[in-house]
Amino acid sequence: MTLRCAIVGSGNIGTDLMYKMLRSDMLELVALVGIDPESDGLARAKDNGIEAPHSGPQWVLDNAEDIDMVFDATSAYVHMRHHADYASAGITAIDLTPAARGPKVIPPVNLYEHLDAPNINMVTCGGQATTPMVYAIRRVIESLPYAEMVSTVASRSAGPGTRQNIDEFTKTTSTALREIGGATKSKAIIILNPAEPPILMRNTVFAGLPEGSDHQAVLDSVHEMVDEVARYVPGYRLKNPPVVENGPFFTPGGEVPHRAVVLLEVEGAGDYLPTYAGNLDIMTAAAMRVGEAIATAKSKVPA
Amino acid sequence: MTDSSVDYRLIDSTLRDGSHAISHQYDEDDVIAIVRGLSAAGVQVIEIAHGDGLGGSSFNYGFSKVDEKELIARACQEAGDSTIACLLLPGVGLADDLKDVKELGVGMARIATHCTEADISEQHIQMAKKLDMEAIGFLMMAHMNSPEGLVEQALLMQSYGADAIYIADSAGAMTTEDVQRRVSALVKALDIPLGVHAHNNLAMAVSNSIAAYEEGAANLDGTSAGLGAGAGNCPTEILAAVSNKYGIETGVDALKLMDVAEEVVRPIMPRQQVIDRAGLILGYAGVYGSFLLHAQKAAERYDVPQAEILMELGRRQVVGGQEDMIIDVALELARKHAEANE
Repeated sequence: MTLRCAIVGSGNIGTDLMYKMLRSDMLELVALVGIDPESDGLARAKDNGIEAPHSGPQWVLDNAEDIDMVFDATSAYVHMRHHADYASAGITAIDLTPAARGPKVIPPVNLYEHLDAPNINMVTCGGQATTPMVYAIRRVIESLPYAEMVSTVASRSAGPGTRQNIDEFTKTTSTALREIGGATKSKAIIILNPAEPPILMRNTVFAGLPEGSDHQAVLDSVHEMVDEVARYVPGYRLKNPPVVENGPFFTPGGEVPHRAVVLLEVEGAGDYLPTYAGNLDIMTAAAMRVGEAIATAKSKVPA
Repeated sequence: MTDSSVDYRLIDSTLRDGSHAISHQYDEDDVIAIVRGLSAAGVQVIEIAHGDGLGGSSFNYGFSKVDEKELIARACQEAGDSTIACLLLPGVGLADDLKDVKELGVGMARIATHCTEADISEQHIQMAKKLDMEAIGFLMMAHMNSPEGLVEQALLMQSYGADAIYIADSAGAMTTEDVQRRVSALVKALDIPLGVHAHNNLAMAVSNSIAAYEEGAANLDGTSAGLGAGAGNCPTEILAAVSNKYGIETGVDALKLMDVAEEVVRPIMPRQQVIDRAGLILGYAGVYGSFLLHAQKAAERYDVPQAEILMELGRRQVVGGQEDMIIDVALELARKHAEANE
């Protein structure tokens, strides 16, 4: 079945998501909702014949009868203020902010676990890029005492929401590395790089490997997972082959003899911002994947 | 920061920036000895944290030997009349970390961002002010932004409530003229005091600091014996001695600082702080100083020249915090060398 969707937030993420949704057979875009009538995103929505109100989340609540699903691309604070209203209006919320109200979903790891949840959190762009790698390593070793990710994005691709919520980004990402990736302890770091021309989004995963880990299995599992993510984010790839380095390393999860280092790059599809903004692409592609999976699941339920 | 008895306020960062040079291996005894020595010499502010700021202990930047918060607590106990400061990089540390260190007795928070990204510091500057700490906005790699660009960024931090602004020559890449142009533009534009944090890759740290003072800077940074990232920092004891020669009142005892450098800090330094080829290349190519030892490790691991790694990092315009790119560059160079040898 086709689900009627609204996107709230007409910044980088919301506008990028709009272009993806316009191509979808399963998700019908009803409106792109903003707060600034002058915003570029709203102008582009109108150009594409999409309704583009600027009355913010309230518009969605006022039109709840015509909306099945809302994609929230505002900020963590705004989402925290409205998530309960969406739920009581019967609208499923796909949360693209790091507010982390609902269960976190990383499609190649747990896509089908929370399809009936009223609120699904898409973690962060860095979380979407790195949690699959942490999970891929964890699944072939006995335990993963500590994992860490470093995400570097081009300054131009980080909008005001990201900038004002940088602590929420690192906290939510770090939590995902544990809860979904399977690490015992974790850390997340984000860096903004202003280089011109802008750099492609880079992500590095470090994983502490306990004694006795099968290094070849780790590397193979990483390669498999890269292919899995690249199925829905075509620009997702290894920048260099993954390596295992010798320690010892005294991590917060204890001493480990080795660490795996996975150096990733994400080239965007260029739907809204140019291709350097892989951080937008991986987020919106993951959110589309969740939205379409929900639509598919609903169409299987007998009416 | 209205101590009118001194011409500028000296902030010593041996226990923070110096931490890079010893791969974050400070222990409690080091902290006690250094804080006691600096405090006895009259240093007004002593900064302590992981080299990459609160929360910096990581694979990417190196794990601290002792939890920084234990060391900070100890520093606060030993501080005497000195104020203890912490550095925090948004994206690495959290505003919550400021709450923890405030409890321990820390009185100043320096919130550091790349020199074009001041708007990620709003949460953290506001948190520091809410906690009644002195808040300093700290713009790193200041050679990568123009005087006008720095003014724009500094005004943002001022608008968030910062009590002072610092520009950091994190790569030790600035000439005296570079410093003068930036400092004079900032001093004119800001309502709050300015500070300069210098590195010594081009052997300009002390002279650039004095030049900054002459252009109106009211805070200057040093580290004992120059211990610090890259080719090291502006040495506190030399800055104090040179200031005396100029008749600039610092309120610190230069001879006591020389004792600290000679008797406390030099004995724990794994290598003396010299400007060797790698250190000079950092300044020459404008690469973040703390990359030095990480690049050395990667060079050994992947058998590629350290200098080539540093030059490539400069070409890529990497910024502070991107230590993971060192491995990336080393792997690529190793591949290129292997292909060339086939």
